[in-house]
Amino acid sequence: MHRTRIIDHVILLIGAFIMVTPVVVAFMTSTHDAADIHRNGLSLTWGGHFAETYETVLTREGGFTGKVTGFNMMMNSMILGLGFAVGKIVLSMLAAYAIVYFRFPLATFFFWVIFTTLLLPLEVRILPSYEVMNALKLTNTYTGLIVPLLASATGTFYFRQFFKSVPDELLEAARIDGAGPFKFFIDVLVPLSRTMMAAIFIIMFVYGWNQYLWPTLMTTDEGFFTLVRGIKQILLVWVGSNIPDYNEAFALAILAMLPPVMIVVIFQRWFIKGLTESDK
Amino acid sequence: MAAIYIAEVSKIYTGGVEAVKSVSIDIADGEFIVLVGPSGCGKSTLLRMVAGLETISRGTVTIGPRVVNTVDPAERDVAMVFQNYALYPHMTVYENLAYGLRNRKTPKVEIDARVAEAARMLEIEPYLDRKPRALSGGQRQRVAMGRAIVRKPAAFLFDEPLSNLDAKLRVSMRGEIKRLQKRLGTTSLYVTHDQLEAMTLADRLVVLNGGRIEQIGRPLDVYHAPASTFVASFIGSPAMNLVKGTLAGGRLHIGTHAIDLDHSASAEGPVTVGLRAEDLRLASAGEQALLFRVAYVEELGAQRLVHGTVEEQELTIALPPEAPLANELAIAVPIDRLHFFSAENGSRLHRPRGTGVAAGAAPARPQAVNLEPAL
Repeated sequence: MHRTRIIDHVILLIGAFIMVTPVVVAFMTSTHDAADIHRNGLSLTWGGHFAETYETVLTREGGFTGKVTGFNMMMNSMILGLGFAVGKIVLSMLAAYAIVYFRFPLATFFFWVIFTTLLLPLEVRILPSYEVMNALKLTNTYTGLIVPLLASATGTFYFRQFFKSVPDELLEAARIDGAGPFKFFIDVLVPLSRTMMAAIFIIMFVYGWNQYLWPTLMTTDEGFFTLVRGIKQILLVWVGSNIPDYNEAFALAILAMLPPVMIVVIFQRWFIKGLTESDK
Repeated sequence: MAAIYIAEVSKIYTGGVEAVKSVSIDIADGEFIVLVGPSGCGKSTLLRMVAGLETISRGTVTIGPRVVNTVDPAERDVAMVFQNYALYPHMTVYENLAYGLRNRKTPKVEIDARVAEAARMLEIEPYLDRKPRALSGGQRQRVAMGRAIVRKPAAFLFDEPLSNLDAKLRVSMRGEIKRLQKRLGTTSLYVTHDQLEAMTLADRLVVLNGGRIEQIGRPLDVYHAPASTFVASFIGSPAMNLVKGTLAGGRLHIGTHAIDLDHSASAEGPVTVGLRAEDLRLASAGEQALLFRVAYVEELGAQRLVHGTVEEQELTIALPPEAPLANELAIAVPIDRLHFFSAENGSRLHRPRGTGVAAGAAPARPQAVNLEPAL
C-alpha cells in the first residue's frame, strides 16, 4: 500500500487549482456589470449583479430577429446533446451487434471501414455533408442538425469490443432458452451494456453540446442557435455601445458549462465502471 | 423424455477440417451417456450439433420422434448446462430460471410453480432474489442446472459442467447430477475430458478420439476390456501401462523376459501389452516375474504409485502402502489380466476376458485373492 503523503496532496491541489481557477474567474467576472469588467478586467471578487445578469441572459430576446432568448438556446443545445448521445448509442449498438453477432459477407471489411473513419475529423466531410443536407432541404431543422453526425466509429468500436467480451455461451444459452436475435439484444445485451451506454452517453452528450462548426453551417434561423453559438453572437451583436456585454458572455459561458458538468457528475460512477469494468 | 439417435453424423468445418467423423450413437430414453475424450476429439462439437448450436454436415440427429437437423435449438426440446454456467448476469436467479419459460409463453402461475420446484430440488430457494455474481461457483452451477430442469426438456446436454469447480465441490456435484438424473429420468448427454467423471456418471460411456468413436460401453466393460490402446490409456487412473512385447508359442516375450501364458493367445508376433497398474503386485518367490527398476514413488495414502521401467519401457505399479520398496523389484504378471493390442493399429486382439471362459484358467492363478482389484 502506498501511503498518501503531503506532496501528493500538493500536486493534486495544484492540478485542481489550475483546472478550476478559470471557471471561478469566469463565474466571478460574470457577476460584475459590463462597464466594470471593461474598466478592471477579470476579477476574482463577487460583483453583486448575479441575478440580473443571468436573468437577462436567459430571458432577454436578442439576436437580429429579436426573438432568441438564452433559454431557447439552452433548449437547442440540450436537444442537440441528447439527440446526439441517444442517437449515437442506438446506432452504434445496432451496428456493433450486426458486426459481432451476424455473419455477413465482408463484415470485417465494413468494420474496418467504420473504424478508419475514426481517424477522420468531422471537418473533412463537412462540405459534402452540408451539400447532402441542403439537397434534402434539411437545413434549419433538428433532423439536419443531428442525423448526419450520428454514425459513430468510436461508439461502434466501443460496443464491438464490449460485445466481443460477452461470453458466447450467453448467446447459446439464450438461443436454447428460445430468445431470437431481437429478444437476445433487448433482454441480454442491452441490460449488460448499461455501464457502457452511460460512458458513451457522457462522451457523446458533451461532444454534441460543444458542437460549433456544424450548427453554424446548418442553421441560419436563429431559432436553432445553440448556447455555444450564442456566446459568439453576444460579442458580435451587442457591440454597438462600445462596451461589449462581457458579463453576459461570461454568464452564457458558465451556463453552457453547467449541463455537461452535471451530466458528468451524475454519471461519473457508471462512467468509470463502463470504461474500466471487465468483470461481468 | 425421449430417445436420441445420432446416425453417421459428421462435422466438416469450412476449410475441410473434419471434427466429427461419421459418429453413430443410439441413446435410450432416460439413459445417461457420457462423451469422453481428450480436448479436440470432437465431443463438444457432437454435443453442440445435438443442441443445434452447430450445423450438422452429414448424417441425422433424431430426438424423440423427429429428425432435428434443421430445427432451431429452442424447438429441439433440449436444455443445456454450460461449463461457465452462462447465467444471465443482470437477472436474478428467479429470472434466470424463468427466462426460457417466459419466452415460451408459459403462464405465470406455472412458471412460479416450476421454479419453486426446481429451487427446492436444488436447494437454491434462499438465493432466488440474488444476482449470479453474489453466488459461489457451486451455487451458480446449481442455478444452471435449475435452468435446465424447469424446462422439463426431452434431454439434458451437459458441456463439461464441473470443470470450473474445485476438486471437492466437483465430487459432490457429480453425485448430485447423478442423483438428479436418476430421479428425473431425463435422457442425458454429458461431455467431459475427465475419465473419472465419465466412469462414475455414465450408464454407458462413449470414448472419442480424433472425431471417431473408439468404444461405446458400460464403464466397467470399457475398463476391463478397452477396445484399443487409446481407450486403455485414457480410461482408468493411473493410465494402463502399455508395453511392447512379442507373442510366440504361447509365451509372451518382453525384452529378455519370457512369460508363460495359460491360454493360447490368438496372435503371434509383435503386440502391445496392456497392464493395469492396480493388477500388478510384488512377486513372491518362485513366481514368474519382471524385473522393475524404480524411478520415483508417488504416495497417495491408500496406495503408492511406483513409477519405473521394465526393460527400458515405462511402467507404473499401484502397490499397497506397506509394500517394501527397493531400487529393483520383482513384479508378478497376472497372466489372466493381460490385455493384448495390435502393435500396428492398437486395436484389441482377443475377446474380452469373459466371466466363464477365462475363469477356467483358475489353477493358473493361485494368488487370486491378492489379485482382486480394489475397484
